[in-house]
This record gives sequence, C-alpha cells and structure tokens, in this order.
Amino acid sequence: MNIVLLFLITIFSLSLFFYGRSKTKSISIQKNIKLNALPKFYGYYLVLWCSIPSLVFLLVWSLFEPVIIKSIIIETAANQGAVFNDKNEANLIYEKIKAIHLGTFFGDIDTILKESAISYAKFINLFTNSKIVLIFGIIIASVIYSLKKIKNNNKARDDVELILKGILFASSLIAILTTLGIIFSLLFESIKFFSVINIFDYLFGTNWSPQRAFVRDASAITAAEYEELKDAFGFIPLIAGTSFIAFIAMLVAVPIGLFSGIYMAEYASIKVRRISKPIIEILAGIPTVVYGFFAALTVGPFFRQIGESLGLSVSSESALAAGLIMGVMIIPYVSSLSDDVINSVPQSLRDGSYAVGATKSETIKQVVIPAALPGIIGSVLLAVSRAIGETMIVVMAAGLAANLTINPLESTTTITTQIVMILVGDQEFDSPKTQSAFALGLTLFVATLILNYIAQRAVKKYREKYD
Amino acid sequence: MTKEERLKKRHNSEKRFRFYGLASIFVALLFVLILVNNIFSKGSSAFMKTAINVEVFFDPELLEVKNGSTLDEIQEADFYDVTIETILKSYPAKNLDEENELIDLFTTDAEIEIKNAFIKNNNLVGKKINLEITASDDIDQLHKGNYPRDLPEDRRRISNFQLKIYDNFVADDKIIKNFNNYFFSNGDSRNPELAGIGGALVGSFYSILICLLLSFPVAVLASIYLEEFAPKNKITDFIEININNLAAVPSIVYGLLALQILLATIQLPRSTPLVAGITLALMTLPRIIIPCRASLKAVPPSIREGALAVGASKFQSVFHHVVPLALPGTLSGTIIGLAQALGETAPLILIGMVAFVVDIPATPIDPSASLPVQVYLWSESAERGFVEKTSATIMMLLSFLIVMNFVAVYLRQKFEKRWN
Repeated sequence: MNIVLLFLITIFSLSLFFYGRSKTKSISIQKNIKLNALPKFYGYYLVLWCSIPSLVFLLVWSLFEPVIIKSIIIETAANQGAVFNDKNEANLIYEKIKAIHLGTFFGDIDTILKESAISYAKFINLFTNSKIVLIFGIIIASVIYSLKKIKNNNKARDDVELILKGILFASSLIAILTTLGIIFSLLFESIKFFSVINIFDYLFGTNWSPQRAFVRDASAITAAEYEELKDAFGFIPLIAGTSFIAFIAMLVAVPIGLFSGIYMAEYASIKVRRISKPIIEILAGIPTVVYGFFAALTVGPFFRQIGESLGLSVSSESALAAGLIMGVMIIPYVSSLSDDVINSVPQSLRDGSYAVGATKSETIKQVVIPAALPGIIGSVLLAVSRAIGETMIVVMAAGLAANLTINPLESTTTITTQIVMILVGDQEFDSPKTQSAFALGLTLFVATLILNYIAQRAVKKYREKYD
Repeated sequence: MTKEERLKKRHNSEKRFRFYGLASIFVALLFVLILVNNIFSKGSSAFMKTAINVEVFFDPELLEVKNGSTLDEIQEADFYDVTIETILKSYPAKNLDEENELIDLFTTDAEIEIKNAFIKNNNLVGKKINLEITASDDIDQLHKGNYPRDLPEDRRRISNFQLKIYDNFVADDKIIKNFNNYFFSNGDSRNPELAGIGGALVGSFYSILICLLLSFPVAVLASIYLEEFAPKNKITDFIEININNLAAVPSIVYGLLALQILLATIQLPRSTPLVAGITLALMTLPRIIIPCRASLKAVPPSIREGALAVGASKFQSVFHHVVPLALPGTLSGTIIGLAQALGETAPLILIGMVAFVVDIPATPIDPSASLPVQVYLWSESAERGFVEKTSATIMMLLSFLIVMNFVAVYLRQKFEKRWN
C-alpha cells in the first residue's frame, strides 16, 4: 500500500512540475507580464508543496499505525474476555490475531480470537482508508494553495530556497533529536529501575549478580525480597572492573602513544612519518571485534601458558589480556592527537631553548611537553573515555562474573560487558534485570560525556593559547 | 663531574630518548604485524575444503524416483538410502559402531549433495558416477593439519578406526582439497564444514546500504546548513555541541537507543538489516558531518564571493559552486564513516542480530546476521573448525575495510583541489 502511495505521490509531483512550468510560461505570454522567477522554479515550488507534507504525514502515520492498532486490539480482546497476565502473553495473543487475519494460523481458534480477528480486519481497513483519504486531502489542499500562489506570480525562487533552507535546518536538528532520543530512552527505563532499587543501593552496592534477580512483578516487592534484590545490583564491582581494565589499557597506550607521537612530531623525517603514521592508524581502523577475537583466542591462552610455566594461576579471561589489547587499540588515538598537539607548539619556544644550549630531548622534556600538557591531558582523557565505552574486546576477552579484585591475572567484568550479557537474546521487558542495563547505559553515557567535555575544553583552551 | 662527562651524559640521555620514541613506533608496527599474521595464518585454510571422492550408484531399488521424474518429485524424494549405501561401500565396516563412525566422516549434508548431483545430470538412475562429497569438520581439520593426531584416543574427536579409514583414503588419493564455495554461498550452520558467510555478507550489505541512504543525505544537508547558512546563535552552538558529543558516545549506547525506540516503541522487526541500518546511520551521522564540514570549510571564500558577484543567489553559489568543490572530501569522509559502521558490532548485538539465522535474507526486513556479528558468534563456538572460519571472516571484513579506505584516499588525492 505504502509503495503505491509513494508511487502516486511521485507521479503527481512530476506532472505538477511540468504543469507549473508551462502554466507560468503561458501566463507570462498571455498577460504579457514579466515572471518573478524562471519558469522551472514554479515547477519546483509545486513539487515541494505536493510531496513534502504528504511524505511527512505518510512517514509519521506508518510509524505509529501498528503501535496504535496493537493497543486497540489488545484492549478489545481484553474486553471480550481474553485473559493475559503480562505483556508477553498480550503480544502472543496479538500475534495470533494477526496470523488468523492473514490466514497463516493453524491452531485452535476460539470465539474470542475469532471476534478479535474480525475487529482487527475492520481496524486495518479503517486505518488504511483514512490514511488514503487524509493523504489525498493533504495533497489537494497543498496543491490548491501553491497553485494560487504561482498564479499570483510569487517570487518562486525565493520561496523554493526558503523551503530548502527549512529542510537543511531540519537535517541539522537530527543531531539534537538523536541526543534527546538517547537521553529519553536511557532515562525512561532507568527511572523505572531506580523506582525499585534505591539509587544509593545501586551506586554503593558491592555485589553485582543480576541473574539472581527473578522478580516478575516489580510493583509488589516485600522488604525481604528487596534486601536480596539490592544485593544483586551493586555498581561498585563494575566500575572497579571497568576502571581497572581501562587503567591497564592506559598503561600500554599512554607511553607507546605519547612516545610515538613525540617521535613523529619532533624527530621523524617526512618519509618515515608518511609511512609509519598511516600504519599506526590502521590500528584504529580495525574493528574491535577483531581485537576481541585476537585477545580471547591468542593472547589470553598465551598468558595462561606463561603463567602456568611460572606456577601462577592465570584466568584465561584475565583483565591483563583484555586491557593489553585494548591499550593497543587506543595507541593511535593517543599518538595522533598528541602529535597534533605537539606540532602546534610554536617553533619560537623551541628555538629559544636551543639558543641557550639545550639538547633536543631536553627541549622536548622541559619546554615542549610542559607547553603542550593541557592538550596531551585532553587527548589522554579522550582515550580513557574510549576505553571505558569499548565493548567487544571486553565482552569477548574479559570475564562475565563481577569480581572485586586488583589482581590483573584474575577475571573481572565491565559495565559494557554486563549491558551486553543482560540484553543478549530474549529478555522480558519490565523486569529490574533488563532495566538495570539501561541504568548502566545511563551511567556510561554520563561518564563519557563528562570526560569528553573536560577533554574538549582542555584541547580548545590550549589551542586558543597558541593560535 | 667534569664538563666532558656531563656533556656525554646529556648526549646519552638524548640518544636514549630518541630510542624510546623509535621503539614505541616499532612496537606499534609490530602489533599490526602480529595481529594480521595471526589472523591470516589461521584463516587462509578456510577458503579450501576437504572432500572425499566416492562412487555413487543410483540403485533403482533404493530410489523413489525414475528417469524422467519432474524436478519437484526429485526435490521431494528421499535419497537417504542411496547416501548410506554409497558411504558404507567406500570402506568395509564390520559392525554398527564402525558403520556410524564411517558415516561421521562425511558431512551431514551428503544426501543433499548427492541429490544435487542427480538433478544436475540427467537420467542417472541405474548408473554410477564419481562424486566428491564434503568431508566432516573433523576430517577437514585433520587433513589441513590443524588437528593433532598424536593425542591419546579418548582426548581426540576422531577415533583410531576413523584415522585408519582416513589414512586409507589418503593412500588411495580419495581425499581432495577444493575451493570452499559453501563458505561464500551458505548461511550460518551448526556444522563448521557447512557454515558460510553468505547470509552475513547480504545482511551487512543491506545494513550498510540503508546506513548510506539515510546518513549521507542528512549529513551533507546538515553540514551545508551549519557551514553556509547557520546564523551565529545559541541554537547553532547547541547543534554543534550535540554533534561533537554524539561522535564520542560509545557505540553500545546507540544499541540501547535502538532497542528502546526502534524495537520497543515503533516495533520494527528484530534482528533485521533495516533496524541495523537505522542504528548505524544514527551512529555514523556525526562521524560524517565532521569531515563534511571540514571539506566545505576548505573551499575558499573567493569562490562564494565570485558567484555572488555575478548575481547568483546564496543558494546558487552554495549548490552550484561550493558543494561540487567539496564533494571529493565529503565522499571520502562518508566512505570512512561507512567503513567504521561496517565493523561495528556492539549495537547490532543489542538489536538481536546474534540470532542463529540459517537462511540468506531476501529483503532488509528478514532476520539476518552481519559480518562482525558472525565473527563474534563463531568465536564463541567450541568446534575447532569455527576458528579458521572466524579468521577467514575477519580476512573478508578487513579486505572490505582496506578497499573502502583506499577508495577514500584515492578520491581525496585525485579530485580534491589544493587551494594554497
């Protein structure tokens, strides 16, 4: 249906383009007046008025139609006596009704289902018909309006440009909409979560084991159940594991990244720079799932073997393996950012230092790096925010069980790993376990936002200082 | 300390410092090398598969079809008896256990392969042909040398009897290695010898196509607005802050967004390239806008002023002159953004693309896998055969990324004008 409508709208628009162009031409010849724009702009004007309102309407309608029909059908089925205890059963009944309507249902059909299927067919019909009527109404109204405008010889080019400018503005608003979407979708579920679990019990709890939380009905929790629940959702082990792995990653990435950045900016010849810089940046282009595979199947077992030969017990999902590989992934972020930052330190500072007899490394250590420090700290902070938001490496190479430890050879878990573990596969919505993933997501979002904000401020301030 | 000693010390520390820099670049390069080498050495064998040459006799008594049966009848017919007969004839087995062990040397799809051979050649009833039947994963790995034979029998997946058959087959030249077409044409499977990335390739293609169709126009229009038309005010500043922040939001957060808005609220179908494409588009958008704006900014103001001076409107100056000049940079930024989207895994896991999908998706609203998710799925599997399959999938993924990045660099170097 929608494809037919899209096709019709296209046909209308195209014919209106040609109509508008020739119509205005003939008006100008008949009445011997000068048009206010080239004839084609009158064509564009009609096309825009014909297509945009109807397309926007069609999009919005198609997005909400299934949801609205579903809620109506479930309600009517309930009124007719269908029994369902939760959302999943309601969904099941809805799917059955839909299958009966399509003729693809082969189970027992009782009267309630049959009646509902008939009313479903009715609603589908009603919605489709009203959609068609409304779309044609919108097209006719906007075409009448725009035809009237072009008959009055409006400044069509200015009007077309104004509409296009509106489209440009709307496109740039999508960024704001995405941010709002993220905030709302995270907040919506998190608020539900925090209405069950006290936010302080979450933030300061020391035990994370959501698989223990089998509470179906979140609204009726006894005090004893709550004691058990709050013990399943303690955030401390996750933030500890996340920061621990990120710390190991930074131990690898900061020295290697910083030294290679310094070497590239200060020592390397143009030729060396041109070859080695892209190769290091390959590290940033490799998908993280590849690092995860490498860490889980090669590095983890390798460390375990070494550990065994030294008589140490090393978990094959050690924090060390995950952190090390994550560090490798982050090297190019640190190196290219610090390279940029060091390059923008003014040459006069270096020359001054050389003039008083300092060697190159003394100049770097005592003049260039102190001058570039805010920028370098900014780039390290950006790298930290990468590390805590990184998912695949830790999902594949770090452990699943929350474990408060500072032994890098043991396994720990991270925020992102837990989000994936909770949400992978089928999950029932409306359980504290599922909602906790969104609470974790919100925590992660806020943490990275703060880090990025500070980092960007630092880099910006630094640039302003020397520009 | 004398003057000379101090100078020597300072020069030594200079050398040391320089060495640290060189060493860290070297270490980074070494990591690239180890990683690539590790993946390639594990994965390249997956492009070949092991087959066993057997003689198939289409015994009229065991077949449900005759010469001249229609295609539908053949598709419906049972070829199980012929298959078992064929396999049992390939090596003498003494008892039921040995027979089962013999049957286990061949893929579970042996029946389908025999049926396909029957369909391909006409009038085979009553005739004998030689056919290469895919070997089971264990034999495949053994033949490729990925499987240690010298373990004690109870720790091996292959019994001594099976090893004996295998050695016999090798001595008779019956074991053949040929190109693994299953790897490219099949969907996922529980049996490594049958598992392929066909479904994942199509799924990734659809996802990236939808991502391109949604993100490219919006990103270009948004960057044109911000760079050329936006007034300097609070709204513009707010949009810019938003874009910069979105580019740094962890990808898994986009997965949560998609789960809540696209799946729970709008109720788009789970595990589909459509949802994946929309999610990736939202994620890629800010990452494309940033290079797009940079390339628009690089077009010198004289171009705009020249157009305006001969009477073009602001719109005409932008769309007729500035945008075409910025196009190479815009396109290369888009391709790099898409390359990142192609390798993105975490948000796709959250929207349910980890489901086990055997069929190759026909449309973007069919459940599907994608290349990076396939890597994740297979890497969790215990079978040895999946290790080489995973590495080979990574090789495919990396080669796509390399091609995309080369195209991006080429576009920029070939078509971008340098203004100074």
